[in-house]
Amino acid sequence: MLRAYAICIYIFLYLPISLIVFFSFNAGKYAMAWEGFSLFWYGKAFSNPLIMGALKTSVIIALSTAFLSAIIGTLTALGLERTKGWLRVTFDALIYIAIMVPGIVIGISTLIAFVSFFDLVNPSLAGLGIKFQMGTWAVIAAHVLFNIAVVALLVRARLQGMDRSLVDASEDLYATPLGTFAQVVLPLLAPAILAGFLLAFTFSFEDFIIAYFVSGPDTTLPIYIFSSIRRGVTPEINAVGSVVLLTSFVLLIAAQAVLRRGERTARAE
Amino acid sequence: MTTTPRPKLVTALLLAPAGLFFVFLLLAPLAVVLLFSFGERAPAGGYVPAFTLQNYMDLPARGKAFFNTLTLAPFGTLLTALFAFPMAYFLAVKTSPGWRVALLILVMAPFWTSQLLRYYAWMMILGNKGIPGWLATLGIADVRIINTPWAVLIGAVYGFLPLMVPPIYVSLEKLDKRLLEASADLGATPIRTFLQVTLPLALPGVATGSMLVFILLMGDYILPQFLGGGKVFFIGNALVDLFLQSRNWPFGAAVSVALVAIMFVTIYVYMRFVLSKSGTRRAALV
Repeated sequence: MLRAYAICIYIFLYLPISLIVFFSFNAGKYAMAWEGFSLFWYGKAFSNPLIMGALKTSVIIALSTAFLSAIIGTLTALGLERTKGWLRVTFDALIYIAIMVPGIVIGISTLIAFVSFFDLVNPSLAGLGIKFQMGTWAVIAAHVLFNIAVVALLVRARLQGMDRSLVDASEDLYATPLGTFAQVVLPLLAPAILAGFLLAFTFSFEDFIIAYFVSGPDTTLPIYIFSSIRRGVTPEINAVGSVVLLTSFVLLIAAQAVLRRGERTARAE
Repeated sequence: MTTTPRPKLVTALLLAPAGLFFVFLLLAPLAVVLLFSFGERAPAGGYVPAFTLQNYMDLPARGKAFFNTLTLAPFGTLLTALFAFPMAYFLAVKTSPGWRVALLILVMAPFWTSQLLRYYAWMMILGNKGIPGWLATLGIADVRIINTPWAVLIGAVYGFLPLMVPPIYVSLEKLDKRLLEASADLGATPIRTFLQVTLPLALPGVATGSMLVFILLMGDYILPQFLGGGKVFFIGNALVDLFLQSRNWPFGAAVSVALVAIMFVTIYVYMRFVLSKSGTRRAALV
């Protein structure tokens, strides 16, 4: 009976996603009435300059977010490992606040703080021909804030599970601190950093609500999808959606595989 | 060694980038929101500096959003936990170890795919051409699901089951099967074993999962927007309206402060009482 329940849950979880993919191959104009197989909507989606522009913006945002958060998050985890007392408590608290404050509040606070700041400085910069405004960079900044916290937690968990004697051995063999870091610590942390990179990419690529507030005149793919769902549903959205779903599934499985393999090698070592 | 690195300087350099992000993109903006919540709305929208509590007095004007959020978020969390528990139990106890991890990842994966697209699919399924349409062909007419609280609850279970199952699974996986045998040997019925051994041991997992889901549901926007369709709206929908449509920033700031305050108080009370209580119960049993 429990097995039947589990099967029902899997159907419940995957049926809606499958419907999106299924109807992306629909020849007809309506999202829920099957009229035969066709790749028409894929062709239409990929020749739509609005969709391709939004896709490009989203990829730029997600890649920048993933690189910056992986680097800064790792530095943070390494720094916290060397810290005790109030500094550590403060950073721990900030990491949890960054994760717990809802995305919508992060979007709002970034929007009103930056717009107020720009209103303050733009008049005096106008003479120099400089004008700050919201846009892609603001989305990246807000996404990095959240993902620094995620990467720092992942890398720190890995650091705490690391065998200290490896570092000691490296130092006994006269490696410089930088040499120990590059040849012993970094390879051990690599799976956690890579998994953090992939999770940050996925989060950033799919975020709608933060980008909705701070992207200014720029359009990301989720914002495009949101506004076209509001205008009315066409299989074009299903085609774009299927590509997005496939991308995130591949990235997720990659992140899981990297983390699991990392755990196994850590245990073997 | 040629140069001795100064440990404090290295630590400061390692923490500086994150520190800058936390100060300029988290603390300062949150402080601005708090400041704005005491201000007044400019005639054309936006903010005029002032010190007034009027925005907080006006909160009841958005009472419906608060009411919906504070009833549907806890109820949705409870429903999600009820549906997730048997699934986690199945994965932890009834599956072979070789398949376990893969099956668990299969449960978690949808959470990491676009929320926008998943609820878009539910809009089609629950919309008039979806289930109500099929029911109509069977002669059951005038069923409305979309834009009702039920649609939002179905969406909550669907959206957050992937997040609720793993923590329950983790606490059940640690469960020592010998405890179940001992309970049976001592003459307990399976139901009694479940209620007195399995369930208390799984409670920390249920508590952790519920907190995660509750936090995310409280701040949700897409779910009520797509499945509540403007009729069943949350605080998140009120915030989008206040900031992007009516541009009443000071009032929106007060609503944000209220949302964050309610969340942090709930989390604090929850950690203080529920988590510590389930923790002690586990300590007493093991």
